[in-house]
Amino acid sequence: MARAAAEAAARQSYGKLVAYLAARTRDVAGAEDALADAFAAALERWPQAGVPDKPEAWLLAVARRRRVDAIRRRLTSEAGRDHLRLIAEEMEARMADEDLPDERLRLMFACAHPAIEAGVRAPLILQTVLGFDAATIASAFLVSPATMSQRLVRAKTRIRETGIPFRVPERAELGERLGTVLEAIYAAFAEGWSDPAGTETLRRNLATEGIWLGRLLATLMPDEPEALGLLALMLFAEARRAARRNAAGDYVPLAEQDLVLWDDTMIDEAETLLRHAAAKSVVGRYQLEAAVQSAHTTRRLTGCTDWVAIKELYDALSVIAGSPVVSINRAVAIAEAEGASAGLSALDELGDDKRLYDYQPYWAARAGLLARLGKVPQASEAYDRAIGLERDPAVRRFLQERRAWLGHAERH
Amino acid sequence: MRYMLLIYGNEAGMAAAPADAVTQMSSAYVAYTEALKKSGAWLGGDRLKPTQSATSVRMANGKTNVLDGPYADTKEQLAGFYMIEAEDVDAAIAWAARCPGASTGTVEVRPIWEMTEYLSEK
Repeated sequence: MARAAAEAAARQSYGKLVAYLAARTRDVAGAEDALADAFAAALERWPQAGVPDKPEAWLLAVARRRRVDAIRRRLTSEAGRDHLRLIAEEMEARMADEDLPDERLRLMFACAHPAIEAGVRAPLILQTVLGFDAATIASAFLVSPATMSQRLVRAKTRIRETGIPFRVPERAELGERLGTVLEAIYAAFAEGWSDPAGTETLRRNLATEGIWLGRLLATLMPDEPEALGLLALMLFAEARRAARRNAAGDYVPLAEQDLVLWDDTMIDEAETLLRHAAAKSVVGRYQLEAAVQSAHTTRRLTGCTDWVAIKELYDALSVIAGSPVVSINRAVAIAEAEGASAGLSALDELGDDKRLYDYQPYWAARAGLLARLGKVPQASEAYDRAIGLERDPAVRRFLQERRAWLGHAERH
Repeated sequence: MRYMLLIYGNEAGMAAAPADAVTQMSSAYVAYTEALKKSGAWLGGDRLKPTQSATSVRMANGKTNVLDGPYADTKEQLAGFYMIEAEDVDAAIAWAARCPGASTGTVEVRPIWEMTEYLSEK
């Protein structure tokens, strides 16, 4: 626990320093170079020795000491040295009484700029704001470490050379630009969430870090309903983490989860956030998705799920942010509200969207509905597709069990 | 591009696994192979018999050496392979992650060195 707190503090200060430096020079890589050793030292030292009173000043002092040390040759880049000089001058004047200005919001907007390749925005934020190394990010996003590292380097070069601004966009363009920041944060969270067991600590951290970033954003932009909506959405999902696996490590579907294992405090916080967001009267994708989660959690209080409401929320989502994922979830809600055959028709309407061929949730949803309609051979085929496309062993086992049970209901 | 997915696993551990785990693994492989085929990625693939059935051949100074057992004694042994067609290495890694062997051992992703490439390199 102390370790987690110390690491969080180290990330907090590191991110602030990188943001502070990069916002002045546009040189993200140089800022990271300048602070790399000091950040590594902090991650090592703070968990034991405790977090220093002025964490940023500590990091900076270590970075400067290392520079004059023999270790100097590791800080080869000119940029790194320049950064340190720059910040040292300002910080000496500043650190005595006040904290460093928080430029992380500007850094996030630079990282999620539309001129940066979409797939690298979330990794870039994780690296620059939180100090994650390329290898950890690569594993989470299922790409090779060498590739991830290349992409990150290229993106940083692009920020510098294209002159991507470090600023929070004006009202007029804020909507769209905020969307890319939210998407990047959600992508980081989702990668962590896709490892539901939470057995792999690196990934588990990523869901936590996504929430951390979402919290940071919601604090820095408290009047943005979608920023609040995203944080609420992530908290609703995270609140169910402990219930997603049983003691044996087997997958437990939402409908069968033990409500006692849901984190009530987190759910309450999410509800409050969602209410604040709704009060601003600007509906958006994340608020709607959070509202779906909220509808699921009312089972905690009423004992049943309002599938008609959930279906209507997915109708609204299809209009403002339609995607195969939304359509599949909508079909599942229709099946619950109006019966399996209506749900199946809704799935059929997706037609032969090529993207669905390799998309596990589509086949799993299909298999479940076909099974309920007693169409055993087709259900079994769909289960096979879902099993073959699943990468989580626990979910794979669950699907295999469901497949093995096909037809048993009729025979008894 | 063509990629080879090389599946490594602990043979002894596999041999000691309970019968239902083995059945589950086999049916997961059947489903995985089927998913590869349905999406058009599958080019080939097979399971290999355990390394105790392996014979290694080496020729040095005109003399042929035939040895019992695998080429290298390692903790995880080559247990099977898939040859797949994938858009790029990211797509190949996504398939490797879905391979049932990835959750019990290691799946190595190797691009095929296409004949056309090395002819043009000369």
